[in-house]
Amino acid sequence: MEFFDNHKKLFGTAAVMFVTLTLVVAIMPAIHNQNKNKPLAGAVEPGDDVIKGKAVFIANGCVACHTQQVRNVDMDKVWGSRPGIAADYANIRRTDFWRNTATLMGTERTGPDLTNIGNRQPSQDWHLVHLFNPRIVVKESVMPAYPWLFTIKKKISAQDIAVNVPSSYLQDKESKVVANKDAVYLVAYLQYLKQAALPDGKNAPEFLYKQTQKQLPGNGDNTNAVNGKELFAANCQACHQANGEGLPGAFPSLKGSPVVTGDNLQLYIDIIMNGYDANPGYGVMPPVGTNMRFTENEVAAIVNYERNSWGNKGGEITPEEAKKIMEAIQLKISKE
Amino acid sequence: MKSRFIINFLLLVVYGNVNGQEMRPSGFTLSSAHLQTGCIFAMLFFLLAAVLVLKKKVSMLQKKRRELQQKGDSKVFRAHMHKLTGKQIETIIKYKAWKKTGRQSSLMLLLSVLITGSANNLTAQPMTEKGELLSQGGIIITIILVLIPIIAAVLLFIVRLNRLITQHKNKLNMQEAAKFAQYLQTLTDEELSETLKKRKTALEYTLANNELSGNEPPEDSKGLLNINQEPGLPIVAIKKKALPRPNIDPALSKLVLWYLGCATFWLLFGTTVGEYVGIKFVAPDIDQSSWLSFGKLRPVHTNSVFWGWASLGMLGLGYYIVPRVSNVKLYSLRLGWYALYCINACVLIGSICLMAGINNGGGEYREYIWPVMLLFGVALGLSLINYIKTIASRTTREIYISNWYMVSAIIFTIIISLAAYIPYWQNGLGETIIQGYYMHQGVGMWFMLFTLGIVYYFLPQQLNKPIYSYSLGVLAFWTQILFYTLIGTHHFVFSSIPWWLQTVAIVGSAGMAIPVIAGTTNFLMTFNGAWYKVKDSYTLPFFLVGTVFYFTGSMQGTAEAFRYTNLLWHFTDFTVAHSHLTMYGIICFFLWACIYAVVPRLTGKEAPQITIGAHFWLALIGMLFYTIPLMYGGTLKGLLWMNGKPFMESVTMMAPYWLWRAIGGSLMWLSHLFFAYNMYKMIARRPETDIRETAIDQLKQNLSTGHTTLYNHL
Repeated sequence: MEFFDNHKKLFGTAAVMFVTLTLVVAIMPAIHNQNKNKPLAGAVEPGDDVIKGKAVFIANGCVACHTQQVRNVDMDKVWGSRPGIAADYANIRRTDFWRNTATLMGTERTGPDLTNIGNRQPSQDWHLVHLFNPRIVVKESVMPAYPWLFTIKKKISAQDIAVNVPSSYLQDKESKVVANKDAVYLVAYLQYLKQAALPDGKNAPEFLYKQTQKQLPGNGDNTNAVNGKELFAANCQACHQANGEGLPGAFPSLKGSPVVTGDNLQLYIDIIMNGYDANPGYGVMPPVGTNMRFTENEVAAIVNYERNSWGNKGGEITPEEAKKIMEAIQLKISKE
Repeated sequence: MKSRFIINFLLLVVYGNVNGQEMRPSGFTLSSAHLQTGCIFAMLFFLLAAVLVLKKKVSMLQKKRRELQQKGDSKVFRAHMHKLTGKQIETIIKYKAWKKTGRQSSLMLLLSVLITGSANNLTAQPMTEKGELLSQGGIIITIILVLIPIIAAVLLFIVRLNRLITQHKNKLNMQEAAKFAQYLQTLTDEELSETLKKRKTALEYTLANNELSGNEPPEDSKGLLNINQEPGLPIVAIKKKALPRPNIDPALSKLVLWYLGCATFWLLFGTTVGEYVGIKFVAPDIDQSSWLSFGKLRPVHTNSVFWGWASLGMLGLGYYIVPRVSNVKLYSLRLGWYALYCINACVLIGSICLMAGINNGGGEYREYIWPVMLLFGVALGLSLINYIKTIASRTTREIYISNWYMVSAIIFTIIISLAAYIPYWQNGLGETIIQGYYMHQGVGMWFMLFTLGIVYYFLPQQLNKPIYSYSLGVLAFWTQILFYTLIGTHHFVFSSIPWWLQTVAIVGSAGMAIPVIAGTTNFLMTFNGAWYKVKDSYTLPFFLVGTVFYFTGSMQGTAEAFRYTNLLWHFTDFTVAHSHLTMYGIICFFLWACIYAVVPRLTGKEAPQITIGAHFWLALIGMLFYTIPLMYGGTLKGLLWMNGKPFMESVTMMAPYWLWRAIGGSLMWLSHLFFAYNMYKMIARRPETDIRETAIDQLKQNLSTGHTTLYNHL
């Protein structure tokens, strides 16, 4: 054909076709989205430390394994209280003259999603230990260790942020581990990563592909479907460890703990739901239950698992009891 | 009401439990009750089949007997006569001759030996087992124990019955044979000599094997034979040698070889890094150095095999093809060299930057910062000018389809890079939309489009026949542009980018079936009729593997784009397996095929066939070891996530699959060492002097000195 034998016409047509489609499918939607979307009122602008921490995150290629997107599907609800929306990314702008915008949504989830890590795990102690070597707190982890973010010293000065590393992870058993600035910045960035609340009156988009709840035959309620051990593994184990013994000097042991095995259920469930920061020498415990929107069934399952594992011998509680206590705690908080 | 129930039942059977709300794998489990009914049905089925077979045999017997009675004997005998073999005819002739001498025949006796069948009166036990569907173990065992002798008896009965029928059939055959022998005796001698002797000569005719050659001694006057004088002990099948071709401009040869040589270096570098990164999944504390951390090395691996290995390999082959199919010299060798320098500098600086922690922002394949990627863009611009100017001065009328693909790939990639690096539409979600577009266009419009162009030249060349359909190539070209451009955002299905954009991407992914099927059909139909060439060529197996994965890898990509499969596979290792199936299975295999085809033409030297074979098999087997466990493990991972299991469970579960990935990766890496060795053998100057070539050179020298002495004498 005459048309195809003319290289200008042939390649010109292909180029025009490609540019047109590119404009329609990429450039115009991109411009539209960047102009239309505004950050939520509840979103916090990052401080200096956070910006520096994000730079450490980018430089070390953390996005290769960690996503930052809660998809609007049911299986993603463990990573955030609501699906991500366009506004969540609206305040992310070009990094600097040399580097592009980093929304860091990611495409691979070899490690957990970090959209809401600031709520899910706010403890600086935990993050520092975990960064020094993830296998100290999560035995099965395949995450790299980041020892170059720390300095090993003989003596700790007053300004130093000491990291509680077990001696088996140190070559010189007497030495102390101190966090460098980069490590502190990186943790500041991780603590900053929180899902902003939607403005009042706005409903969050729904999670799609809901999982129907497992019904066991001959059992009216779903108590048995909730697996305390799995809930513990997913939400508590990173600090308190699979053997319930925690990490000496960082995370308290649940094995033989008076709170766990004792009779003050209100204190116990209050800690699960709203966190704890009254124990000097230990890290801050986040409000795990509130973050994960635990139901009374789930709370009861965790309590029963913890009270009857690792040699603990406490009485079982029913979801109804848990519900009563949770309501009482709720009432107390609202009064305050 | 009843019909509605049936329809519902059918729907349940067809769709199983997989509907939008539940999303669980089928809950079917084998119970003992299922097993029992299954066994009984299988037995009944078996019995029915046996009865039918026996019935058929009996009816055939009856038919035969009826035929024997009804049809004239002579008709049957004539048919028999025609089926006689040469040897049998000889016996008959001998017999006739012997009979002429007057002796009495005993042939009849010989032919009519009868085997008498003994009557069988085996009675079958009545089949009255009523399997009560109890799931008690003891009862099941009892039923099985009872069933075993019954089944054995039934089997025996069927075997006996079958033998009886055969005996009866033999009886009938014997009767017929006796009759036939009688008929043969009654035949007259004239009839014998006429029909039988003719038949005998016809049957015994064989070729003398010299009908075409005559009795002259063989001579290879056209140089068609290539006989290996010292075969030795062959370890691998001996394949055809590359054909010596008219010499290519040595300057262009040098340029192409440098491109391919640099590409080989980046392949070795990039996959060594990749192999190391793969090992880190199994041994995360193998080192704790900042520069060798997983997050930093992963983009070093992807970018160096993308921009270093595959891009340099493709452009180098392009520098060979474009002047060839345009039938002119390359527009500018100098521009070609500049482009080579730029790309090497880009990958070198880029890798160092990434390891030092200078990263553009984490978007995949967009990790090089803009000043580094600019070097690559300049190289693309220079190559585009070079290709277009060469094509503009072509002496052929049409532009060969290879050039459509290759030149368009360069144009598109320049556009893609501009779209990806210009900052005006990259804030907020803009970055994500562009990222989806960029990473997929980079793969599909740069690597795939360019490689297809190369294959459209080298596959027909290696098969020594034209491409099956030029039109299919044209169709694939335009549909690839139409559909591929749309599919980028399918990497962000269910994310917060607009829902319509996700849907467009999914539709585009489905549309990709058209160019993929068109391309695959074209390549396979080009192979058609020349399949025999695959087994004595060492380049065609690479083309074949590339073609197979072009189809499977690309169609897998379409399958992955759907919303349900995104639930299952997105974010898992399945994606990693897919990208290796395509970038390795398609692009690398095609590139290797073309490199093994072109380098011997440029240097006149070939690599040892055994190391080419080792390269091929290690790469293929390694890739399968790499991808299949990752796909399987990735699926399990997705299921765990969908069932809300703790995240760490999905990490521990993957451990064996990651180990398999490291093993497969090691095999792939080993194959690259063989490839590098082959490149060395094809390019490096041969240290051994070629006896024949030197002798000819000496003759030439003598000739020229002879001329001068002659001249001096004069």
